[in-house]
Formats: sequence, C-alpha cells, structure tokens
Amino acid sequence: MKYSALSVFLQGLKGNRDWPEQWRSPEPKSTYDAIIIGAGGHGLATAYYMAKEHGLTRIAVLEKGWLGGGNPGRNTTIVRSNYLWEESEAIYEHAMKLREGLSHDLNYNVMYSPRGVMMLAHNIHDVQVFKRHVHANRLAGIDNEWLTPEEAKAFCPLLNIEKNIRYPVIGASLQRRGGTARHDAVAWGYARGASRLGVDIIQNCEVKGIRRDATGAVCGVETTKGVIATKRIGVVAAGNTSVVMAMAGVRMPLESYPLQALVSEPVKPMMPCVVMSNTVHAYMSQSDKGELVIGAGTDAYTSYSQTGGLHIARHTLDAICELFPPVRRLRMLRNWGGIVDVTPDRSPIIGKTPVPGLFVNCGWGTGGFKATPGSGHVFAHLVARGEPEAIAAPFTLDRFRTGRLIDEAAAAAVAH
Amino acid sequence: MLLIRCPYCEMDRPELEFRYGGEAHVARPLDPMATTDEDWASYLYVRANPRGLHAERWRHIHGCGRFFNALRDTVSDRIMTTYKAGTPRPAATGGGR
Repeated sequence: MKYSALSVFLQGLKGNRDWPEQWRSPEPKSTYDAIIIGAGGHGLATAYYMAKEHGLTRIAVLEKGWLGGGNPGRNTTIVRSNYLWEESEAIYEHAMKLREGLSHDLNYNVMYSPRGVMMLAHNIHDVQVFKRHVHANRLAGIDNEWLTPEEAKAFCPLLNIEKNIRYPVIGASLQRRGGTARHDAVAWGYARGASRLGVDIIQNCEVKGIRRDATGAVCGVETTKGVIATKRIGVVAAGNTSVVMAMAGVRMPLESYPLQALVSEPVKPMMPCVVMSNTVHAYMSQSDKGELVIGAGTDAYTSYSQTGGLHIARHTLDAICELFPPVRRLRMLRNWGGIVDVTPDRSPIIGKTPVPGLFVNCGWGTGGFKATPGSGHVFAHLVARGEPEAIAAPFTLDRFRTGRLIDEAAAAAVAH
Repeated sequence: MLLIRCPYCEMDRPELEFRYGGEAHVARPLDPMATTDEDWASYLYVRANPRGLHAERWRHIHGCGRFFNALRDTVSDRIMTTYKAGTPRPAATGGGR
C-alpha cells in the first residue's frame, strides 16, 4: 500500500484496522543470488538498492535478532557530511544527497530534519582543525561555516559561552544541512522498500558458518534455519563483523567497542539544533518526543557487552551540564550501549575480500548512521557488479597493506 | 567500571587507575627488512577482536606503572585472570572473579 494523505484518511475512516504489514516475514528459500548478513540500516539499504538499481531480486537479508535492533536502534540520529578528506566527503555527502530525497524515494517519512549541526571549539587546536574542515568542505561544495561564540549562542540559545568555565566555547563550525533523521524510520523504510521489491528479510536467523567450494569461493551459509546456497555474500554486521568474517577465515583490522548514549526525561522544545563537542566528548540534540538525546564516548577496552561503564556516561554529563546549565535540573531516563567496529584509520571498509564472492561493508565506527543511504548505495553496486564504483573505491580492505589510509580520526566525534 | 587486579601490586583496583593497551601477545616482526607488507599490516592493524576470551594488555598508570596482561570475556566483561607481562597466556579458566 502506498502511503499518502488519502490512505491515512481512508484508513482512519475504517478505524485503522486494515494497515498491511510493512514487510513480509518469509521462510528462507534454499538458494539466493546474493545474501546480505545483517538487517541493520546499511544491510537493508544495500538490499534495497541491489533490487532497485541492479535488478537483483533473489536476495535475502539474514538477521540474528530483529530488524534494526542493533545500531540503527541505538545511535543518536545525527546526520552530517563535514568530514575532512576528499574520500570521506564524497561518501558522506553522497549519503546526505540521497537522504534529502529519501522520504519520497521510499514513500516513507524518515523525518530528516536539517536543523544544523554545530561543532564547538574549546582551544586553539580545535579552532585550527575546524577552520581547516570549513575550508576543505567549502572547496568540495559542502556547506560549513565558522561562527564566533556570540553567533553560536544566537544559533543555540541554550549554549553557555561564559569565559569562566573549564572549557569555554571560543568558536564553532556549523553545517546547516546537517541535523537529525528518525533512526528507526530509516531502517523500516528500507526494509519496507526492499520487501516490496521482492527481497526476503529473514529475522531470528543467525549465520553460524560460511561455506566455500573447492576453489575457495563462497557457496553458501549455515544458519539456525538451515543451509542456504549463494554465490555472493555481503557482510554488513557492524560490531560483529570480525566474528562473521572469521567464519570465512578472514582476519579483520577491526576492534569492537561499546559506544553509549542516553536520553533525558521529555521536556518542551529547548534545543533547536545538534551541538557536538569532540574535546569534552559530548553531543546533544532533542528528539521530537522532547527527550534530550545525548551521546557519550566509547569504553577504553574492546567489548561485545552492548553496555558500558557508568563513568563514561558520567564524564559526558559533566560536560553537558557545563555547556547547557539548565540540563542540570533534568533526570536521565535511559542509557544504553551499542557495539561499534572501529578501524585503525577511523574510515569504513567497503570492499572485496581475499575470498571470492565475499564482500564486506564495515568499520563505520562511531558514525555509521549518517552514512546509511550512501553506504548501502555503493555497497549494492559492489555486491551486484563485483567491482566498486568511484566513491567506494578508496575504502578497500587492502589499504591497510598498501598504506593508503584515509586518516579521518580528526572528524569522528568520539573514539580517538 | 571494571575492577582489575594488578599482578604486581596484588590488589583489586578500579579501572580508572589503569590504561588499556590493546590485544596482548602481538609480537613485532624481528627482521623488519624481511617482513612482507602483509605481515606488517597484520602486526600493525589486524586484531583478533574475539567475541569471548580476549588476552589484552593493561598498564597500571596510577599505581606501579607497569604493563601486565588480562584474560577477559568480551561478552560479560568478566576478567578471568591477570598475569605478568612476559608470561604466556594461561589456559582459559572457568568462573573468573
């Protein structure tokens, strides 16, 4: 069913009893042209674009838990493309452009809100780095501008720009097209779109092994719902990528860390934009429900626990309370952790692997949500055609051997 | 927050006294000129990153200042044992502390 004002009206007349399920829940077939492991945002987007743009419809997306229950449901919904290097700018801006038209493309409201992402500078080093980002972005045609503390306060009145705090704000960069999008809606919209194009999304189906034929190429996967044959596998397993790739005997340049977030009790609108601070490790925005959504840092050690040390969240709240004094009166409702896979150069890996037929899209670290449409779009091309297109080409697994790293650590907000 | 036993100080101390040092037992290639790019990449970047027992380095920076190793379950974050640097990885022990 196409969603429209008319369908809302007509369903309303019928008491909203006849809305169809948004996606099918099929049993797995015995063979597929391609299998995507992981029904997170990136995996579902991959399947959607493979079906839509490459005409492949005999595709399955296998998910250990429930669709979108990993990092798509655990992030802080921030989208931006103000990265430093040309390679990163290209892929994150690709995602941004796709997202601008995504609600219409998917016929699903992903609630993209370009409310502006402001990144605070607290010392001379920050000023130099952010100004460099501003100039690099503008050269690449990506909007980014420099603000004085007073201009920053005008854009976000909640911000404390007093000089007498531990890390005073001495400037900020602002990407006005940055903002937020509804995290679940992105995953659900892609799931619905892919399912309508014939993709089988199979939940509660954990991959236990990857089968290879005599030539070493992949020929199937062993799952908790039986063996499924396929010649092409795309691994999009985020924090569990090392575990899945080990099934094919591939060791990865990845480490998995818990990354935490928390939300306050819901309040009336007080926070008009997204504010991030790399230096004091805090970022905050306000959800449409009114909760303040706060991102904290990663734990120091690798872990798959999907939780994190309380002192990490507390450290972030120290900074939040200083930057936004009214928040001191609020209570925090929930905190949680997601497992993020971090590469040595803090850039993703979208590429072929030493195993024929096996492709991997991983290493998005602490900032994968914003890239979801672009990541899925370029990975779909890679899995469908066997070769990467231009935007994905630099993000090979092989770059750790050749040394052509994309050292983007300065642009990632946390975990560096 | 983890409670970590320093095998030198022989005390359980909070995680804040320590700094994490990454995977343990990753040996630098002995002959750099004879080492291939693959082996350098493996030494520098590739990590086991297991879902389960992980041998890892910690340094007691706000204590004795020394490096030691820990065997930790990365799913439960339970530390099974800690042992001094230079000693081999102990066999997996059940239970932990």
